[in-house]
Amino acid sequence: MNNSYEAVMARKNSIMKDSVGIDYDKFEGDNINFDYEAMMADCGFTLDEVRKIQSDYGVGNTPLKECKNITALARKVSKPGYGARIFIKDEALNDSGSFKARRASMACFQAKKLGFKGVIAATSGNYGAAVASQAAKHGLKCIIVQECFDSKGIGQPEIVEKARACEAYGAEVIQLSVGPELFYKFLLLLEETGYFNASLYTPYGVMGIESLGAELIEDSLKMIGKIPDMVVCTNAGGGNLTGTARGIVKTTSKKVQIVGASVNLKGLHMASDIDFNLKSFTTGHTGFGLPFMINPDRSDVPRSAGRPLRYIDRYVTVNQGEVFFMTETLTALEGIERGPAGNTSLAAAFSLAQELKEDQVIIVQETEYTGAGKHHQAQLSFARQNGIDIFFGNPKEEIPGKNIILPKTVDLIKIQELDLDQIRKKYIQTQLTKTDSLTKSDIEFLAIETNTNIPYIMDEINKYHIAVED
Amino acid sequence: MIKKYSWVQIKKTILTPDERAKSLPEPTRKVPLLMWVKGFLQEDSEIGDEVKIKTITGREESGILVCENPSFQHNYGNFVPEILEIDKIVKSELFGGETNE
Repeated sequence: MNNSYEAVMARKNSIMKDSVGIDYDKFEGDNINFDYEAMMADCGFTLDEVRKIQSDYGVGNTPLKECKNITALARKVSKPGYGARIFIKDEALNDSGSFKARRASMACFQAKKLGFKGVIAATSGNYGAAVASQAAKHGLKCIIVQECFDSKGIGQPEIVEKARACEAYGAEVIQLSVGPELFYKFLLLLEETGYFNASLYTPYGVMGIESLGAELIEDSLKMIGKIPDMVVCTNAGGGNLTGTARGIVKTTSKKVQIVGASVNLKGLHMASDIDFNLKSFTTGHTGFGLPFMINPDRSDVPRSAGRPLRYIDRYVTVNQGEVFFMTETLTALEGIERGPAGNTSLAAAFSLAQELKEDQVIIVQETEYTGAGKHHQAQLSFARQNGIDIFFGNPKEEIPGKNIILPKTVDLIKIQELDLDQIRKKYIQTQLTKTDSLTKSDIEFLAIETNTNIPYIMDEINKYHIAVED
Repeated sequence: MIKKYSWVQIKKTILTPDERAKSLPEPTRKVPLLMWVKGFLQEDSEIGDEVKIKTITGREESGILVCENPSFQHNYGNFVPEILEIDKIVKSELFGGETNE
């Protein structure tokens, strides 16, 4: 068989189809639309079943904790009467140390059910350890493919730690240097082994998080007697936000504002061998968040189940210095030591809480485990070794890849709002590059995908020379 | 010499610079795509030899022998004094200065 880069990429659709047990073709519609809800339903698990499976495999039912001191700190710099109560869902307490266990639990359960001998996932994040841990429980073999090193073999400390965790859970870890052709090796491995593709973006990877959305509502009702006003989700590929929002919608008919938060890595190229080790966050950042929001189907499956634009109400960024600062604040004021990447949404929540009144509630929907490499001390030290300037000042002046600016005072921790309208328009533009004409169903699809309406879509498509069929 | 069946790490070039994807940024396009993987050595060998290994999932891979008993050496890095300063900032803001006891 021809295993050249071009030849393998050319047969990616057939490799993917064999490796996830989902016939994506049957959900396809006219030109650009597909039946998302049918795809989600076709996988055959209700939310109750998801929760039962997760409970059997060490996942879920993590505690909701009120960060009273962090709330008090936010109120010190809020207008009088403002400063919502901040809670965290301590997802670090899942087996394998992050909310990703929820996603992996369903992928591995399904792989076992379908009779696969093993699972493969392409991930440099917590998802690797999550899949390895769940695979161990099911007696499945496991291969994790990581982008880990630059071409000199220097690894991001937090990714090296994740490699260690994957190996600890019995996985084979393939470590690659920087480059999107990781996908090429991933396809070769799927073909060679016949294992299940435990992609983050299959319906299993997203329905597994619906339980988190459901728990947020139930925990909040139990602890506070009301549902949260706002839930902040760290956003990268979009699955976390999508699954959480879907779980919330399935559990309450009341409106909860869904905010996505990413670390601002503007200016750093995600495929650059040099930029790779100049960043201090390897996930939860705008380098994934924006492209995946504009084009969710750029993932490793034909149709991504993570579709954040359907659910997101606001999209905000915080800078690296702010996230490190809040990670240390969580340790110093709440006595909870957790990994930095999971605290992206906490840093955003600290700022967002100041917009809400004191009796309102904001939930940060995840934390992640910490340890050697995956710790703000390790990551700041690594940044400094790579020539990044670290100092106190105004984080808004931070230049990713050049410096990390820790806020000099807590009032300088401020989210930056991204323009969702612009993102929606870019999403529509991307969709329109895939077709010469649109049907009524395509237009309805665009409205649902962007959480807008038909007039909005018509206004937008009128700017392009595109035929609209009757 | 490293004995057959020892636990080792190998390194392999997956794509040479001219085989890489066309759309890469310059610094990435001029270097090869490299892979590191661990497994059990299939023949007595020396560091730098082209060898075969059997990985933990039972797959066969080949590449240049890098080391025996590869270990993880990542740690908490050098001390970053700014972290103490963060504690000072948030504690004095919340509890009112250095005199709080």
